[in-house]
Amino acid sequence: MPEMTLIEALRQAMDEELARDECVFITGEDVGPRGGVFRATQGLFEKYGAKRIIDSPLAELSIVGIGIGAALYGMRPICEIQFADFIFPAFNQILNEGARMFYRSGGEWAVPMVIRAPYGGGVGGGLYHSQSVESFFAHIPGLKVVIPSNPKDAKGLLKSAVRDPNPVIFLEPKKGYRLIKGQVPEGEYTIPIGPANVSREGSDLSVYAYGIMHHYCLQAAEKIASEGISVEVIDIRTLLPLDKTTILNSVKKTGKALIVHEDNLTGGYGGEIAAIIADEAFTDLDAPVRRLGAPDIPGVPFSHPLQDWFMPNVEKIATAMRELANY
Amino acid sequence: MELSNELMLEMYYAMLRSRRLDERAWVLHRQGKIVFHISGMGHEASQVGAAFALQVGKDWLSPYYRDLALMLCFGFTPREFMLSLYGKQGEVSSGARQMPSHFGLRRANVISTGAPVATQIPHAAGIGLGMKLRGADSVVLTCIGEGSTSQGEWYEGLNWAAVHKLPVICIVQNNQYAISVPAHLQMAIANVADRAAAFGMPGVVVDGNDVLAMYHAVKEAVDRARKGDGPTLIESKTYRPVPHSSDDDDRSYRTREEVEQWKKRDPILRFKNHLEEKKILATKINEDYESKIRAEVDDAQKFAEAAPYPTIEWAMGPVYATEAYHA
Repeated sequence: MPEMTLIEALRQAMDEELARDECVFITGEDVGPRGGVFRATQGLFEKYGAKRIIDSPLAELSIVGIGIGAALYGMRPICEIQFADFIFPAFNQILNEGARMFYRSGGEWAVPMVIRAPYGGGVGGGLYHSQSVESFFAHIPGLKVVIPSNPKDAKGLLKSAVRDPNPVIFLEPKKGYRLIKGQVPEGEYTIPIGPANVSREGSDLSVYAYGIMHHYCLQAAEKIASEGISVEVIDIRTLLPLDKTTILNSVKKTGKALIVHEDNLTGGYGGEIAAIIADEAFTDLDAPVRRLGAPDIPGVPFSHPLQDWFMPNVEKIATAMRELANY
Repeated sequence: MELSNELMLEMYYAMLRSRRLDERAWVLHRQGKIVFHISGMGHEASQVGAAFALQVGKDWLSPYYRDLALMLCFGFTPREFMLSLYGKQGEVSSGARQMPSHFGLRRANVISTGAPVATQIPHAAGIGLGMKLRGADSVVLTCIGEGSTSQGEWYEGLNWAAVHKLPVICIVQNNQYAISVPAHLQMAIANVADRAAAFGMPGVVVDGNDVLAMYHAVKEAVDRARKGDGPTLIESKTYRPVPHSSDDDDRSYRTREEVEQWKKRDPILRFKNHLEEKKILATKINEDYESKIRAEVDDAQKFAEAAPYPTIEWAMGPVYATEAYHA
């Protein structure tokens, strides 16, 4: 199995889907000859041409809006929002149109499209190139929300997203684009949207995370293993629909749960997981459900020490794990 | 191309049919039998003229809530409209999940519409993009009110259509009021169509109460679009002789004299006079039309009143599609 970075895996997924189905096309800002500001679409313009790799006007709602129209016509658009921070002009199209289309048309009109957006901090991006936006979208029935944490999953999940008949918000941890490397199987494969993944087995506590925080959680779990603490790590992968079974099975085994995300704490996705555990695994708990998230401030500050203070990292996660294990 | 007498009679019949159905909806609301109606009265010439320039089954429609006459021309039936007024099972646009006149008709390539205004414009551009990518010689018509052209969605959608020379026709049915707000508080120009220059597409102002003028203007736009010459913006100047909806009271924002003045310029009355002068429409034909329509509207009302409500299971979903239809 070849090793590749997260972004290489994403690019390979798009390449293969473009080759497989001529209904697939990509649009977004700078996705053409530039290959995207993160190079996610590098080389695809040369390979598939201007008709299928379309540089959009600098207007996010139109990227999503025309994607919805094209999907209704029978195309399979992959719409790239350059940074998740800039997805909000398209919120109306996503919430009121894409997500509601199938239900509101009595099942007559489906919207098979993917909206890819790099998200997350730790990259010196300040308030407007660092946001974690997943909880807004995970609240919306009709959407699927996917966040991969490693190259293998990224490729398999993106291919599933392209083939899904529903609008999929595909959030990519941009700090991990080149930082996270991993083995990717050769040949055709997909990973289904829905199931979470137990990425490390353990017995003392369950830790739930996605994206780059999952990457950090694995490192933190490894770090404190030498202290005799056995951590089970669950990669959520799909926030909507959520795999409750895998979440509950783990906490019923360990009796302790920690949820980690880099979105700020209040109203963050961790609250949903905590509520499900409280609701359905209460008698299995040996400790309060804990959440580790970013502070409730309006964004990730730019200056490096401030950014570092904001971001959850391996140290902070390890500390939270220790505290919970020792409860 | 000159229209045959038979076609002109068909147009007249289509306008009259829409008007009588629309009038019945107002009566049903006054009788307390339905809870909401939003009318297309006064707009019949704009819509029927447009519909006759299109090929139903081949062309696509991204409509708005006043497009009753257009919808009837696309094969929407009075029974289906009545089911939507009554919120009954089997309602074709949404299964009675949406309010009346939130049109959609899968079998005739009419996409589903919601209530946020102008969102349908990027959809039309996306459909046009799909047509261009597939090399189809279909066109897509989208309609909107003049007030909604203040939305960014309108600009962003039409900009796409212009940049990529998409087969899109946008008809702005300018009835001079956005609920209560007059057009001069909506824009500082006399004609919405003047904005076409800024997109780089032709803009045409048409007397929207003249069905033949509308037909010819839309026909020209359709011919251009089919040849690959790109989109056209058509503004039909018209008037809404009734309140915005059954929940509105237009006496608070316009005089009765103004309304009466416009009723004298009613598009159906005007076309009727024209056809009578040309000896195309005989009194007997008109009487036959009226009685045929009355019977059809009566039947539709009875049909909807007798129809069951949807079951609660239908409220639950499905929320997600398991497959996507392809054009």
